[in-house]
Amino acid sequence: MPRQIEENIAIRRHRSVSYAKWGYLFIAPFFIVYILCTLIPQFLTVYNSFFESYMDGLKQVGPNYVGIKNYIALFTPDSNGVIGIIKYTQNTLIIWILGAVPQFVIAMLLALFFTSYRLNIKGQPFFKSVIYLPNLIMASAFAMLFFTLFSNVGPVNQLLLQTGIIDQTFDFFRSKVSVRLLIALMNFLMWFGNTTILFMAGIMGIDQELFESATIDGANSTQVFFRITLPLLMPIVVYAIITAMIGGLQMFDVPQVLTNRLGNPDRTALTLVMYLNSYLTPSKNYGMSGAVSMYLFIITAFLSMIVYRSMIRQGTSSRR
Amino acid sequence: MVSYVYLKHNAVNRKARLTLSLYRAAVYAVLIFLTILCLFSFYLLFVNSTRSNAQLQAGFRILPQENFLNNLVNAWNDVSISIPVGLKNSFFIAFLTAALTTYFSALTAFGIHAYNFKGRNFAFVFIMAVMMIPPQVGAVGFIQICFKLKLTNNYLPLILPSIAAPIVFFYMKQYMESVLSLEIVEAARCDGSNEFSTFNRIVLPIIRPAIAVQAIFSFVGSWNNYFIPALLLDKAERKTVPIMIAQLRSADYSKFDMGKVYMFILLAILPVIIVYVFLSKFIIKGVQAGAIKG
Repeated sequence: MPRQIEENIAIRRHRSVSYAKWGYLFIAPFFIVYILCTLIPQFLTVYNSFFESYMDGLKQVGPNYVGIKNYIALFTPDSNGVIGIIKYTQNTLIIWILGAVPQFVIAMLLALFFTSYRLNIKGQPFFKSVIYLPNLIMASAFAMLFFTLFSNVGPVNQLLLQTGIIDQTFDFFRSKVSVRLLIALMNFLMWFGNTTILFMAGIMGIDQELFESATIDGANSTQVFFRITLPLLMPIVVYAIITAMIGGLQMFDVPQVLTNRLGNPDRTALTLVMYLNSYLTPSKNYGMSGAVSMYLFIITAFLSMIVYRSMIRQGTSSRR
Repeated sequence: MVSYVYLKHNAVNRKARLTLSLYRAAVYAVLIFLTILCLFSFYLLFVNSTRSNAQLQAGFRILPQENFLNNLVNAWNDVSISIPVGLKNSFFIAFLTAALTTYFSALTAFGIHAYNFKGRNFAFVFIMAVMMIPPQVGAVGFIQICFKLKLTNNYLPLILPSIAAPIVFFYMKQYMESVLSLEIVEAARCDGSNEFSTFNRIVLPIIRPAIAVQAIFSFVGSWNNYFIPALLLDKAERKTVPIMIAQLRSADYSKFDMGKVYMFILLAILPVIIVYVFLSKFIIKGVQAGAIKG
């Protein structure tokens, strides 16, 4: 019998060695494609950012090595003294925050409602399905829909005129505030359901006994939330905020279609990726778009780190 | 004395119950408000897709009218924006993307889950690390390569990269850790199955739920994808639906038949809505499972 086991072990050991090649074989397609389609393009993007290379009409200019000239150009003020990239960073962040604040507040409230035994909300599958739906809708079609709904002759203006709330057409796309709010509203609608489900999963993962013992000790629901739920949920909240911010900095489809790629009025709704895109079509300016990509990457990493640091510190102080 | 305490207790109880039901009513009001907010634009889209251009100009209306089929025929047969071609192209790309991304992510996850080899940990850590890099960072270089290799109006650059999807890989890996015991793989080995057919015939059926969830998400993601396709596809017969929708926006829409425009938008989002109506519970469960593990 022991000999049998020894033999088995020997066979197994022998097998685990000889099967290693299958491991390599199975992960090979992923790595080959990753290197070809993502890694090399990323290096190429960085490399490009140090070259002058674009189409002037049908004529190709460059590629010529120019050092950091593209980066300098990026931060050079235009004739009105405006530094484009800074302005578009502000646009992107303002629009993101306008949508993200209600997104996180509402998602947290809904997650608390849905997981509360005391409230015992009925019809949860229905509500969850409805709030998640906008996340799956084609962003460009959603933006086009909002454009038609809020256009001068669209149903929203018609409704406001017919009910006498306004007595003259309101041009939603002439005002900086309303364009930004519309984009933020769309982002909010597309993402709050997703965040709700994420927070719910987090809350349901917390040990129920903690809530029970806190209630027995006489804690009210506000205390339970701030002393137990929120601190324990903090890792998920941080994760959600960082991923939402990374997504927010990539904001493109909605403002691109809603403002017909111009980001008007006065480029106040032009986001960073729209700016990047404007260098790619039609001029194929790989130099400048490479520099914008690098800027985007650095600002994403930087802001993620700030959020991570400040949230973790807050998490420890509230536990104290 | 006893009865006094009892009465007081009862009163407190009744008051608590009243507050609870008021609180509950407020919560339901919030939920109903959010439901309306989420669905109202889609409802208006549906209503307006049933109205002719003249009817749409006449004013706001909450109930559908009789021109749905008219608009459908007009939109379907439009010469400048050929929506049936777009739907066909989008479907082709999304279907292949979903198939490739789930199959190869599962294969990669299985390779790392089931085999001991040098560099296995490195491979895993590497994939986890690159998950955080935003995809737009490499877009410029990717577009440049595609132009160099004359891959414009070709679907290869839209489909092939889906083989390397770190997030799908991670989901598959987590799923395998919870359901796939290596004894099954060993048993298959003893029965003389080679490793590749073990994966195809035994592992894939076991992880079918994870494949289904990720297939839906990658299909929808590809269906809705706009940034890269818009840079690479410029021939009318190769364009996908999101590009056509964006084209609607840049056209001089005031000259457009608005009934047709609403119908275009409806056709663009309807496939996803139909799938969602049938699979929403399954999809929500998938999101939830991913959330817990991630």
